[in-house]
Amino acid sequence: MFELIRANKRRSIALIAGFCVVLGLVGAAFGLYIGNGLLGTIVALVFSGGMAAVSYWKADKIALAVSRAYPADPVQYQRLHNLVEGLCIASGLPKPRVYLVDDPAPNAFATGRDPKHAAIAVTTGLLEKLNRVELEGVLAHELSHIRNYDILISTLAVTLVGAVALLTNIAVRMMWWNGGRVNREGDRDGGNPLAILGLVLLIFAPIIAKAMQATISRKRETLADVSACQMTRYPPGLISALEKLRDDVTVTHAASTATAHMWIEQPMAGVGDGGHLSRWNKMFDTHPPLQERIALLREL
Amino acid sequence: MTLWIILAIAAVVVLYVIVVYNGLIRSRNQVDNAWSQIDVQLKRRIDLIPNLIETVKGYAAHEKSTLEAVINARNAAIAAPATPAGQAIADNMLTGALKQLFALSEAYPDLKANQNFLALQEELTATEGRVAYSRQFYNDSVLSYNNKRQAFPAVIFASMLKFENREYFETDEAAREVPKVQF
Repeated sequence: MFELIRANKRRSIALIAGFCVVLGLVGAAFGLYIGNGLLGTIVALVFSGGMAAVSYWKADKIALAVSRAYPADPVQYQRLHNLVEGLCIASGLPKPRVYLVDDPAPNAFATGRDPKHAAIAVTTGLLEKLNRVELEGVLAHELSHIRNYDILISTLAVTLVGAVALLTNIAVRMMWWNGGRVNREGDRDGGNPLAILGLVLLIFAPIIAKAMQATISRKRETLADVSACQMTRYPPGLISALEKLRDDVTVTHAASTATAHMWIEQPMAGVGDGGHLSRWNKMFDTHPPLQERIALLREL
Repeated sequence: MTLWIILAIAAVVVLYVIVVYNGLIRSRNQVDNAWSQIDVQLKRRIDLIPNLIETVKGYAAHEKSTLEAVINARNAAIAAPATPAGQAIADNMLTGALKQLFALSEAYPDLKANQNFLALQEELTATEGRVAYSRQFYNDSVLSYNNKRQAFPAVIFASMLKFENREYFETDEAAREVPKVQF
């Protein structure tokens, strides 16, 4: 279990390094268009470093505010607090802050940079629709995210993806109104291969970054499901909770695309179920299909 | 040259021992912490019981044997020796007696509707869960500590440095049985 967490941390560092490489390349390509590759790289790295720092310190507050979460009253929601406390004892974590979101759709998420600054939010729909053991399974899943430092990683990943997207956006826009210079140079040289490569990179970088983020997120969901069962020692609880989430058709209104990856169930549906886009879409899903997650847990 | 090589190897060995030693210390502290956590939860449960007995008495005073079994189990738990084995026996007895009491309450609709009783039941169910979870965490910690202690490099000096094996907190078979209820 603790080895798993350590492996997770190592992988997370690799992920951040990978993102920095993508970002550096984007910066270099960006710089190529403004005529100074090194400057572009430095700007990109400093810029995203700043964004990562902000998200490191403020991500939990922002995520809770965006979802309109408010602290759960320990007397009125005694059961919820009791379950969280019990699971924290089982995993040796400090008790996170507990929040509620007014939403009829059953869903939950965890946020915060480390176990000492973590928060769990559940929707009122989750409290209504799940029984004690199911609720415990869901809470254990969220606590696993906290224990495995998934929240920190997904927050950083989202920030870095955002930085890549923003930079490429700026670059593409600049090409429209300031691109004359590049074009004229290209005409003289008969096409600068590096510039073409840079253009390709600028187009594909956001897609690659997004797919990387989705891959990591899917792995972490599966890991959290398994470690939740290790925490409760009772897989049927989480299985039956996931089944209820699968059969429930209410859409989580409190979630937005920006926070979609945090929730236990992906709040946004993919484009089409049988359409030719579905395969493509699957690459960017932040969660494995619920059916697969249930099947995996059944094998435990 | 050879001297330097020997010195370098010695330095690596010393560093390695330090790392393993610190790992053992961290593990052992976690075991101690987990143990005190069980203690806290058991005490909390003991404190809740008098309140519960009073509430139940108001509705089912004639269920003397069950009530007495809970009181006796509680007293035994207070007097139990502070070793994993001793605590485990008392704890299992108390869990069994409480199971009987809650199973019995099914026969008293008035009792089941009492707000105070419901709150106490939620509190005791939760504490019961906490006791189980703290035991689980303790056993997980002991497993991880014993693994470290018995693994190869550590096993050479673990006993020398007074890192003893720790005992698991076992539940006995009786506690797993479903309570029998007679009406």
